[in-house]
Amino acid sequence: MTTIPLGHILLLAALLFGIGLAGVVTRRNVLVMLMSVEVMLNAVNLTLVGFSRYNGWTEGHVLAFFVIAVAAAEAAVGLAMVLAVFRLKQTTYVDKLRLLKR
Amino acid sequence: MTGEQIMFYLLGGGAVLASAAMLLPPMGRNPIHSAISLIVSFFFLAGLYALLSAHMLSVLQIIVYAGAVMVLFTFVIMLLNLSPDEMKDTVITPGRIAAGILALFVFGKLATAIQVATAGAQAVDLNDPGFAKFGTVPEVGRMMYTSFLVPFELVSVLLLVAAVGAVVLAKRSLKYVDRPQLTPAAHEHDAPDTDGDAHDAASHGGGH
Repeated sequence: MTTIPLGHILLLAALLFGIGLAGVVTRRNVLVMLMSVEVMLNAVNLTLVGFSRYNGWTEGHVLAFFVIAVAAAEAAVGLAMVLAVFRLKQTTYVDKLRLLKR
Repeated sequence: MTGEQIMFYLLGGGAVLASAAMLLPPMGRNPIHSAISLIVSFFFLAGLYALLSAHMLSVLQIIVYAGAVMVLFTFVIMLLNLSPDEMKDTVITPGRIAAGILALFVFGKLATAIQVATAGAQAVDLNDPGFAKFGTVPEVGRMMYTSFLVPFELVSVLLLVAAVGAVVLAKRSLKYVDRPQLTPAAHEHDAPDTDGDAHDAASHGGGH
């Protein structure tokens, strides 16, 4: 029996998700945008863990583990792309990447 | 208010504050400061997982996120060697205000749905003998290698593909975008060699 209300866990996760979403849509630095995506993925993990705690399901933990693995893969590929683009254009700002507009 | 609740609100508040500091000035101006506040946020979340009896995930959060992923981020930020010019980001524009309102709207909708959905939720009692090993490494690992064996193996393939893809993407410069016709196989057959002398000298070496 836990004394933490389920609603508060989910509200915290929603708040973190909102912060991550705000970061993705407002910041134009691609590094900060990738970090905001990590915050959103963590918010989803918190939701999974909260529901698992309330229902006694270990499946949620395994699913959160998969999310962590996919996030690690996403970070590796995303940062490699940032490096490649930075070599080409010398910038990390998505507003300055206009290769298709010329 | 019990000790468990106090810990929850402390850790949750810390995670929210650290995540917000990632985006807002003065911390959010420099990507390396953003990365450090994100690491702090990950540690708070690891504490929350431990509080919710997800012991294995709590350790994985620190090892994989705070350890591996954020080291990757900080290395890339330092490797890019950004000039101070590159860090002037946080300018308030109408588009960004609209985007912030959109994020607030999404949070509001989620909050309303949560209030409706979680009314009267009751947690299971982890003191029950059936839940004695809930969230521990043996329990989660057993499920990973039985019920979730196929997804687990697929994730290992995904990580391999991501590692190889990251090396290939980051390895060489993208100069071949400008001259896609210069492939080694094509050069073996055209004798006159009118284009790309520097490239030929490099690729053929002293053989001819």
